[in-house]
Amino acid sequence: MPSDRRLEREAAKRRRHRRGQAIAALSSLVVLGGLATLILTSPGWPEVRETFFDWGVFKDSFPDVAKAFWLDVKIFVIAELAILLVGLVVAMVRIARSPAIFPLRLLSVVYVDVFRGIPTILLVFLIGFGVPALRLQGSPTDPIVLGAIALTLSYSAYVAEVYRAGINSVHRGQRDAALAVGLTEVQALRHVILPQAVRRVAPPLLNDFVALQKDVALISILGPLEAFREAQIIEAQLFNFTPLVAAALLYLAVTIPTARIVDRLGGPEGAVR
Amino acid sequence: MRWGSPQKLSLTLLLLAALYVLGCGSSDDSSSSTSAAGGADCPKGKLATEKQGVLTVATDKPAYPPYFEDDDPTNGEGFESAVAYAIAKQLGYPPAKVEWTVESFNASFAPGPKDFDFDVNQITITPPREKAVDFSAPYYRANQAVVALKDSDAAKARSLADLQDAKLGVQIGTSSLEEAEAEIEPSSRPEVFNTSNDVVQALKNGQIEAIVVDLPTALYLTAVQVPEATVVGQFGSGSGEAWGALLEKDSKLTGCVSAAVEELESSGELEKITQRWMSQAAGAPELH
Repeated sequence: MPSDRRLEREAAKRRRHRRGQAIAALSSLVVLGGLATLILTSPGWPEVRETFFDWGVFKDSFPDVAKAFWLDVKIFVIAELAILLVGLVVAMVRIARSPAIFPLRLLSVVYVDVFRGIPTILLVFLIGFGVPALRLQGSPTDPIVLGAIALTLSYSAYVAEVYRAGINSVHRGQRDAALAVGLTEVQALRHVILPQAVRRVAPPLLNDFVALQKDVALISILGPLEAFREAQIIEAQLFNFTPLVAAALLYLAVTIPTARIVDRLGGPEGAVR
Repeated sequence: MRWGSPQKLSLTLLLLAALYVLGCGSSDDSSSSTSAAGGADCPKGKLATEKQGVLTVATDKPAYPPYFEDDDPTNGEGFESAVAYAIAKQLGYPPAKVEWTVESFNASFAPGPKDFDFDVNQITITPPREKAVDFSAPYYRANQAVVALKDSDAAKARSLADLQDAKLGVQIGTSSLEEAEAEIEPSSRPEVFNTSNDVVQALKNGQIEAIVVDLPTALYLTAVQVPEATVVGQFGSGSGEAWGALLEKDSKLTGCVSAAVEELESSGELEKITQRWMSQAAGAPELH
């Protein structure tokens, strides 16, 4: 039987909770309602509604854009796997202490500096049109492959740094302890340091993947018919921007779930409440 | 649970707003542009232009030959520059009273106020596009052309059917894509590039085997940009695609500009301009 004081305390808690809910609802209503009113009553709204939110155009273009979006999905899934691997290799080279691999270490530093420093769209363009111009035997000419390579190179540079930060965040004592119980340097890395490091950097890694999932649209400049390009084509045919809104919704459909996973991994502080 | 409800409420509100926006998407459809041609409605040199007293004409940058020369629309050289100045003259604006402004293709049909009176940018008139903008009477009819490297298989094509298995490339926003898909019926969909320079680079790289592009552009490409390529031939639905000057939807000037184009056509002036800048276009072999 709960004491009176406890009941009193719980009732107060419930009241506070209800009050909090009421305030949140009211402020949402005021802010969102105000925003909606501002947009819906703006002088250009009827025109914007017709050119960006035409339901008929949306219905007609969505299947085509969605079909093209499948190409984006395939590209980013493959690129993400490649990035996880390339980034890890670059990070390992960069933290290795052996003097023999100094040139590799130097290369990895230059690689990260250069590929992180070039705008992704420029990199896609340079690799997509530049590599085939070399006419090297056996080099890929398929724009989808070249675009995926460019994205992988760009994002691996970021991800290598994320890995490196994770590895450096594992306390030195962990390595010393692993060596003390008889593990080799490599075994210590593989079984002790990396598992802790990767777990720690999982949220920033996924964060980079959210960015990548949008940047796949950059491949469109090389010609492949992915969602953004397909939407642009319909846009130019109809002089109506609604297909672009359809494409935007499709990108959101993959980036928002990824963002929610990031929130989960990041603990309760990250979540919307 | 604890903080679930306000979040859900906000989301619901957001969704409701989104549904509202989409729901009343295509409710009203106003397409009533009566074009009063010439006469009292179009006082010479005193039209209700964007900037009082001058006629503002727009095109994209860079502006390519044979439509413009030296990327400079103001010199009167090149087909569309010449057409624009001829239209201006009909409307009572001498060259000194014509101003040029840069307008990208996408921006030209985006909603919102326009800072030009009309836009000449090889824009094909189609009914869906007419829902978003006004077009003048057509000033040119363009056929499509196929461009391929001279030593390629595509260059040996003698019919559209020969090109079905070729990897095609087009520029975004052009009607070449629709025409190529409808007329050639390619086995795989054409690649679509941002600019004609990118299409050309892809052709040189062997990433595509043939370009489909407006015939006058094809002639320029093969004469200047890729001499190692050739115009395989031309094709077009009926008499080709009509190009018109683009105006803001329900512009007061649409009727005047149309009337000016029609006067240029009946006086033979348009024919002369076309002859001067687009004359080689007749020579390319026809593909069926």
